[in-house]
Amino acid sequence: MADTGFVQKEKLKDFLNELSKGAVVYAPCLEGDTVIFKPFDAAATLCLDRPANNPPKLAMLPQSETLFSFKYKKDPEDSRKMSVELEANTDFPEAVIFGTRPCDAKGFRIYDRVYIDTNTPDPYYKGRREKTMIASLCCASPSPGCFCVAVGGSPAYREDSDVLITGLEKGYFIEPVTEKGKAILSVPQVEDGSQYVEEAHKKQSESHALVNNPFAGDGQHEISRALFDLDEFWERVVSKCLSCGACTYLCPTCYCFNITDEQSLDNGERIRSWDGCMFPHFTLEGSGHNPRPTKFKRFKNRVGHKFIYYPEKYNGVIACCGCGRCIRHCPVSVDISEIISYLRGSQFELTNESSENTGVDTNSREQK
Amino acid sequence: MTENNNPYLPDLATVVKVIEETPNIKSYQVIFNDPDRMKSFSYEPGQVGQLSVFGVGESTFVINSPPTRMDYLQFSVMKVGEVTSVIHELHEGDQIGIRAPLGNWFPYEEMKGKKILFIGGGIGLAPLRTLILFMLDNRADYGDITVLYGSRTPPDLCYKDDLQEWASRTDVELVLTVDTEYPGWDKRTGFVPTVLNEIAPSPEGAIAITCGPPIMIKFVLQNLAKLNFKDENIITTLEARMKCGIGICGRCNIGSKYICKDGPVFSLAQLKEYQAEI
Repeated sequence: MADTGFVQKEKLKDFLNELSKGAVVYAPCLEGDTVIFKPFDAAATLCLDRPANNPPKLAMLPQSETLFSFKYKKDPEDSRKMSVELEANTDFPEAVIFGTRPCDAKGFRIYDRVYIDTNTPDPYYKGRREKTMIASLCCASPSPGCFCVAVGGSPAYREDSDVLITGLEKGYFIEPVTEKGKAILSVPQVEDGSQYVEEAHKKQSESHALVNNPFAGDGQHEISRALFDLDEFWERVVSKCLSCGACTYLCPTCYCFNITDEQSLDNGERIRSWDGCMFPHFTLEGSGHNPRPTKFKRFKNRVGHKFIYYPEKYNGVIACCGCGRCIRHCPVSVDISEIISYLRGSQFELTNESSENTGVDTNSREQK
Repeated sequence: MTENNNPYLPDLATVVKVIEETPNIKSYQVIFNDPDRMKSFSYEPGQVGQLSVFGVGESTFVINSPPTRMDYLQFSVMKVGEVTSVIHELHEGDQIGIRAPLGNWFPYEEMKGKKILFIGGGIGLAPLRTLILFMLDNRADYGDITVLYGSRTPPDLCYKDDLQEWASRTDVELVLTVDTEYPGWDKRTGFVPTVLNEIAPSPEGAIAITCGPPIMIKFVLQNLAKLNFKDENIITTLEARMKCGIGICGRCNIGSKYICKDGPVFSLAQLKEYQAEI
C-alpha cells in the first residue's frame, strides 16, 4: 500500500460520508457565516478555507458531559432509609477530527499531559482520545492574529496530528503521521498520493512564511518575571477586559471545568461543563474570600498558566498554540501576543504611554 | 463497590454519627458502605476528601480523624454555602459519596524528635486535630507538643471533648483563647497571633503548624518570623475552591502548584518560592 494518499476535490464529501459510517466525524461546517466544528452529516456544508471559529476541543471535552448518573432508592422495608446507585459510562465511539488546523491538534497534546500523563488519568478524556483520529489540514492562508510559529508550531506542523492533509489544486494530499493515521488510506475514495508529494511539500513550506511572528519567538519562553509580577503592568494591558471569558471558551488549550449536580425526583446526574478562569466566581470560596478577585489577577493567571506555570511543569512546553482565536474574537481587542511581546521584550514603559518604545506596533491597539 | 479507576466516581458511604461542634460547625463520622473498602482504605494525616451529597454537589474537607483510629472517617463542616448547608441537614444513616484520599500530607516523619507547636483558629483546628491525635498515638516519637487554639467565643471552639482531654494530659500544653471577654470564660482572651507573642515559644528544634482563617494565618506567619522561626519550619495547610481534587480543573493553583494535588500542606519556604500571596 502507498504511504501517502490523495482525495479528489469532488470526492471529498463522499470520502467524509464513508468515514462517518464507522465514526463520528467532527468537521468545520458553515452555520450562517460562522465556521464551527460539529459532527458531520450529509446535510452539512463543509468549510475548509479558513480556521473554524471554535476549536475542535468539544470532540474530546464536550461543553457539558455526564460524569455519572445517580439514583436514590427507598428501602422497601424501612421508608426512612435511602440507598444510592451510581452509574458511569466511559465507553465512547470511534471519532475523527477532520480538517482541524495543526495548531488545534497541538492543543490536544497540551491536554494529554494534564488529563492522561498523571497518576489519576481522566477516563472520559482518555476514553475519547484513544478512539479519536486527528486529521489536520495544513493552513494555507493564516488568519489575522495567528502566531503559531512564535510558539513552536507551523501551518504544516505534523507532530501532534495522526494525519496531515494538504489542500492542492485538484484535491487533498494525505500523509499519515502515526500508526493510527494509516487507517485513513484504506477509505475507498483515497487514491495513491505519490505523484503529489512534491507539490504538497512545496505548499507546506510556502505557508510557513505567511504566518505573523509578533514576538520573534522560537518556542522558548523568556518572560520577564519582574514585569509579570508588576500589578501596574496588568492594570495597563488588560484594563479594557470585560471578563466575558470568550477567550477561554474559544481557546484550544484552555481546559478548566466545573462540576455540578442536576436532579429531578430521585434521579440525577453529575455534570462536567467548561468553565473559565476569567470569571470572578471561578475561584470564589464559600466564605466570600476570593484569591483572584480582580480581572487583573485573573488575566495574569491565564497568561501565567500558558506561558510560565505550564512550561514549569512540562519541560518548557508553552500551553498556547498561537491559533489567534482569543485575539480575533475578543470584543475589546485584548491581544495576548501583544502582552507576551511586552513581557519578553522588557521594553514596556509604564510611565510612557506612547508605543514608540515598546518595539511593538500598537498603532491600532488601544492602551486604555 | 471496590476501588475504582474513575477518579470522579465517589465511594458510597453512610453517616454513622453527627456531632454538633459549634452553632455553625458539625462533624460527621462516616464509614464506606463496602466493608472491604473500609478495611483497605489508607491515608496520611492532612489528606483531604471530597464529600458528595448527590443532587447538590461536592465540597472538600480534611479527614480530621487520624489513620491510627480507623473505626470511621471524620469530617467537620462549617455551614457557609450551598453544599455545606445541605450537609448540615444530614442525619445518621444518610448516604453520601466520598472521594479520598486526595492531596499531600504533613511531613510527620521529618517532625520526629522535634518540639511541635500547633496554632489553630476556628475550624482551622480540623487538619491540626488529625496530626495532634496521630502524634498522641505515637507520643514517644515527638518532643514537647503545644496547642494554641482560639475562636471568637467559647461556644465557637471545636472538638470540646478533645480540648478537655488535652487539657488534662501532662504531655500536651494546651493554650486556649477567645477574641474578647465572655461570661464564664476564665482563660486567655485576645487574637491567636497576639497570644502567640505572649507565650513566645522558642524556635529551637521546633516546628510550627498553623491553620485558620486567612487573616489569622497572615499574622501568625509574621509573628512566627519575629520569633525567629525559619520558613522551612513553618507548615500550613491551605484551602481553595476545588472541584476535581486531582489537579485538572484549574481553580486552586498557586502558580504551577495545585492546592488539591501538590498541597494542601505547604511550608512557608515553599509558599514563598511559589510567590503565593499570603
